[in-house]
Amino acid sequence: MSDSMHKPNDSNALLDRSDIRVTHSNSIADSLKASINRVKSGDLGSLPVIIGLVLIWGIFTVINPIFLSPNNLVNLLFDCSTVGIIALGIVCVLMLGEIDLSVGSMSGVGSALLGVLWVNQGWPLALAIGASLCVGAMMGFAYAFLRTKFGMPSFVSTLAGLLALLGFQLFLLGSTGSINLPYGSSMVDFGQLMIMPAWAAHFFALIPGVVIVVMGARIRDKRQSANLSAKSLTSIIVKALLVTFALQAVAFYLNQSRGVPWMFGLFILLVILMNYALTRTKWGRYMFAVGGNAEAARRAGINVKAIYISAFVLCSSLAALGGVLAASRLASASQQAGTGDVNLNAIAAAVIGGTSLFGGRGSAWSALLGIIVIQSIANGLTLLNLSSSHRYMITGAVLAIAVIVDSLARQSRVSHGKA
Amino acid sequence: MSSNTSARSEGPQPILSLRKVSKNFGAVAALTDIDLDVFPGEVVALVGDNGAGKSTLIKTLAGAHSPTSGSILFEGKEVSMNGPSDALDLGIATVFQDLALCENLDVVANIFLGQEKSALHLDETTMEVTSWTLLNELAARIPSVRDVVASLSGGQRQTVAIARSLLSNPKIIMLDEPTAALGVAQTAEVLNLVERVKAKGLGVIMISHNMQDVRAIADRIVVLRLGKNNGVFDVSASNEALIGAITGATDNAVSRRAKRLAEAETKTEEQA
Ligand SMILES: Nc1ncnc2c1ncn2[C@@H]1O[C@H](COP(=O)(O)OP(=O)(O)OP(=O)(O)O)[C@@H](O)[C@H]1O
Ligand SMILES: [Mg+2]
Repeated sequence: MSDSMHKPNDSNALLDRSDIRVTHSNSIADSLKASINRVKSGDLGSLPVIIGLVLIWGIFTVINPIFLSPNNLVNLLFDCSTVGIIALGIVCVLMLGEIDLSVGSMSGVGSALLGVLWVNQGWPLALAIGASLCVGAMMGFAYAFLRTKFGMPSFVSTLAGLLALLGFQLFLLGSTGSINLPYGSSMVDFGQLMIMPAWAAHFFALIPGVVIVVMGARIRDKRQSANLSAKSLTSIIVKALLVTFALQAVAFYLNQSRGVPWMFGLFILLVILMNYALTRTKWGRYMFAVGGNAEAARRAGINVKAIYISAFVLCSSLAALGGVLAASRLASASQQAGTGDVNLNAIAAAVIGGTSLFGGRGSAWSALLGIIVIQSIANGLTLLNLSSSHRYMITGAVLAIAVIVDSLARQSRVSHGKA
Repeated sequence: MSSNTSARSEGPQPILSLRKVSKNFGAVAALTDIDLDVFPGEVVALVGDNGAGKSTLIKTLAGAHSPTSGSILFEGKEVSMNGPSDALDLGIATVFQDLALCENLDVVANIFLGQEKSALHLDETTMEVTSWTLLNELAARIPSVRDVVASLSGGQRQTVAIARSLLSNPKIIMLDEPTAALGVAQTAEVLNLVERVKAKGLGVIMISHNMQDVRAIADRIVVLRLGKNNGVFDVSASNEALIGAITGATDNAVSRRAKRLAEAETKTEEQA
């Protein structure tokens, strides 16, 4: 199985395999065992949310088989995208152990600005969207300024911001209260109709597997020539095949109905970009460092203020973008946009997906997984003709469970020396 | 006891000079009018009781605190540091007493924190190799550099912090109790390392409560007491003189104990 080595104690042992106390996993069975141990010690990753998702889907399908129909799932993906993009911004601030409670109102302002500037004032669409994002960025900068200059907890500043933004949204929309976006415009089509052609969905579903093989082989070569242990080619290829097979199956299933929405594609693209930025760039490394120990990061010469600014600006800008897309989804910018449960759903999605409230832990994928859980609950309950009252209660319970899992995992990490 | 500034004032230029550096925390004067010189290829030991202000001095030089007054000269030029990155840019590397590591990051990420290779595509392989090289130089016993620092023992963390400070090719290294948590072999390795660093012509400031270690490697011993300079000693200075300067009195627990032991010894000799 393994073409790396089985003689860890030689004179020419690999650099990272010279300590005899560590058990190393060379075969696929070994790596499986290692991941089980990791989970036991509280390094849960996205396991709880995947289990939760399987449970939720199972229950809803048993009650109403329509839930799993391709058509319903396509709707689910449309609905995921807007709040999912907002949740992606929340991941950034949670990573620093901060919070933004105003993302709902920010998205409301984003959609109101789109309506006022594009529809009422006749600005070009791109300019109107750009203006929305700029207002978002400015708001994020203001939060970061209050946090870094006055040490104002983001909990308080964003609560103040929530109210202020809500007022701004009402002010923008004025007496009419709601602005309809023109049907047939590209913006509304994007939010309601635009679907990838089947071949495109299958093509995109191929890319991750190819990337896994190419990057995996490159890293493997590099590590081997640097005298470090490397993954076996078999495990890389098996992983790539599994991923490709799963994604092709999803694409095929969704293509039975309308197919994969472009809006969901945009969401996934943003998740992938964020994931790359968080895990492979200096900026991402600093996000984790500041979230883990801000003083240590500062003493390492990191510009902690800039990191705070980047996180808050990203969060508010993504919230504004989410609002713009929500407006296109609903074909209107109304006073209701961004109110109700948008705020809490976005925050809950990030937490349910596995980003820690305590800072320093998380991933961009948690926004995707979390929002699918939340939208599945909403969608399933709607199919059962249950009102939003039930939806709120159940989503609340799921969030509570997610936070309990997060806290338990944290305790377990402490007792296993991994906090 | 020589004067507070170095005896070799007409020798080579000091890398780092402090002139009347003071640091107040509110009403607490943690440092008062500190003078200190560090020359290239010299190991200065900084000693003093708990709370004497040693760590505060180190943090001030590392840019983590800004001095309340006084001036810091680096290679003869007055510098003002607005933060740790300024100190790092000058070539001042520091191992802090509290280590200042990010527990949620792995060993490689901690060693390279702030000095990562290729900002838009971190070069993990190269960083891992360099980490292993640095750690092996320190005889580190670290099972895996891909484990988070939270899972390491106190001594392993200290080794990581020391490896970190060596990475940037500094001109001066400041070590705040670097061997406090280390085992026998690792302590010896750190002392060897200090000697190697010194031989390369770097300046070293080392804080330690262990007089044996201090005497083994230091060129000069600078004593701080209650935030003030309290003498500069040669390594050959007597223990009593050093302890007197550290504790600030000739009559104290340490000297009384030494005297009692000496008296007991002479008594047994008389009886014999
Ligand atoms: N951030 C701070 N705020 C207020 N007072 C401080 C701060 N840091 C240090 N002090 C005070 O400054 C004095 C010197 O502390 P410092 O940590 O420099 O001592 P030290 O010589 O390193 O002692 P030790 O040998 O115990 O490490 C102490 O009285 C301490 O209470
Ligand atoms: Mg100290």
